[in-house]
Amino acid sequence: MSEAIIEINSLCKTFVTKDRQVNALNNINLTINKGDIFGIIGMSGAGKSTLVRCINMLEKPTDGTVFFDGTDLTKLSAKKLREVRRSMSMIFQQFNLMMQRTAEQNICFPMELEGVDKKAAKEKAKELLKMVGLEDRAKAYPSQLSGGQKQRVAIARALATNPKVLLCDEATSALDPKTTTSILKLLKDINKRLGITIIIITHQMSVIEEICNRVAIIADSQIAECGRVEDIFYKPQTAAAQKLVYPEGKLTDKLIGKRCMRIVFDGNSSFEPVIANMVLECKAPVNIMYADTKNIDGKAFGQMVVQLPQDENLAKKMFSYVKAKGLSVEEVTGYVG
Amino acid sequence: MWDEATLNMLVQGVVETLYMTIASTAFGYIIGMPIGILLVTSAKDGIRPCAWLFKTLDVIVNITRSIPFLILLVAVMPFTKTIVGTSIGSTATIVPLTLSAAPFIARLVESSIKEVDKGIIEAAQSMGASNFKIIYKVMLPEAKPSLIVGSAIASTTILGYSAMAGFVAGGGLGTIAINYGFYRYEKELMFVTVALLVIIVQVMQAIGMKAAGISDKRK
Repeated sequence: MSEAIIEINSLCKTFVTKDRQVNALNNINLTINKGDIFGIIGMSGAGKSTLVRCINMLEKPTDGTVFFDGTDLTKLSAKKLREVRRSMSMIFQQFNLMMQRTAEQNICFPMELEGVDKKAAKEKAKELLKMVGLEDRAKAYPSQLSGGQKQRVAIARALATNPKVLLCDEATSALDPKTTTSILKLLKDINKRLGITIIIITHQMSVIEEICNRVAIIADSQIAECGRVEDIFYKPQTAAAQKLVYPEGKLTDKLIGKRCMRIVFDGNSSFEPVIANMVLECKAPVNIMYADTKNIDGKAFGQMVVQLPQDENLAKKMFSYVKAKGLSVEEVTGYVG
Repeated sequence: MWDEATLNMLVQGVVETLYMTIASTAFGYIIGMPIGILLVTSAKDGIRPCAWLFKTLDVIVNITRSIPFLILLVAVMPFTKTIVGTSIGSTATIVPLTLSAAPFIARLVESSIKEVDKGIIEAAQSMGASNFKIIYKVMLPEAKPSLIVGSAIASTTILGYSAMAGFVAGGGLGTIAINYGFYRYEKELMFVTVALLVIIVQVMQAIGMKAAGISDKRK
């Protein structure tokens, strides 16, 4: 399952405006494997939307190559490129459905472009609507659908050409948290069932945690970090990554100068109430200063900072207790994020 | 004055006016619609930017739109004569009407298509749609309600121009209004023709708005 489907090599994109040049992307190298749910995260303006548009050549890269399934897209003619785009669908933040077409007609649109027989297209549209859970809204116009439903129609439309890759440009950013979860679930399901590689552009860490297996962090037009979601989440190396993993302002100066212990959960002791047990064992309370833990695939990830009792021995005991549980701990006197 | 001859004349006037309006609108769209589409696609943010084409069309449209209709009417008379064979009557009036309507229609079409959400066009591009297919499968259908409103505006404007052609014996209600009301001071007949023009405009506008409303699925 580690065969590459998209390979981006030293990709650069420069926008030239009247009086200056803007480097939107600078020497990007990325490999996305078949079957991945690959997240690309960054603050707004980091260049992530430009990056995804360079993958399907809606934006022509200034320099570098983009290989899709072995073909260099930067060298293709317009006609060939249009063919390739049919196996690389895209969904958008604003859904971008055609307002004068029903849900069904929207889904049929890419098949019309391909020249699929009308009847066959309708059959397929019906199937896809069922898959996204909207079989009863085939005749509804987008204006009659909710945001989540629109995105479902857009997903169905994107799947109509049996793509290998699905590009999602901030696909959940215009949706409420509950709808976001249901759309992410649908994407995960599509990835599992149809084996479609999914690339997700987002500014929300929660989206990455929820469904991605690999992630690239983009900051200042460059890839700051790239790897498995667990690794990046557990040990963010760069400032850009840390900013995303520990949202700003949570590690306040209250921690400075006090004796604290930072515990990192990296997925090994998920169902065990470690802190509670430690307190029971040592018979002394701790003060939780900061906690940000998440459940990913049944494993706990995140970190916690607890203030330890004054007593030296008790503190030492607690350290060794947590260490014994296989968690990494460190003393964080004066620690600032 | 309400003898059969007058009535017949009025009926003929209405028929001629409708004939001029409908024919000129149709020809106007045949010329103006492609220009309007090209103005959108060749613009800087269009699907196929082409600076020289955009500039050329833009300038031509602006120049032709700024020539007053009556002057255009007289100026193109030789041209009209070579095409139609005569420079008076309703058929002859269709030529200057079309020439004056086409750039106006081009602008109407341009602004209607510009209303189409850029995201929808980008989505179509991401699905591998060619520019031609984007035009006739995305831009035009998505802009349809607005295009219909535009055609109501275009046809009523052309109707007004056709009445102006009455000054040079252009035929239709305009000629009647000028011949009887302006030259002969038969005010009643002039008011009747004006009333008829008002009714026609009202009907055309109402039909246009209704059709646009029915075709619009955004609400």
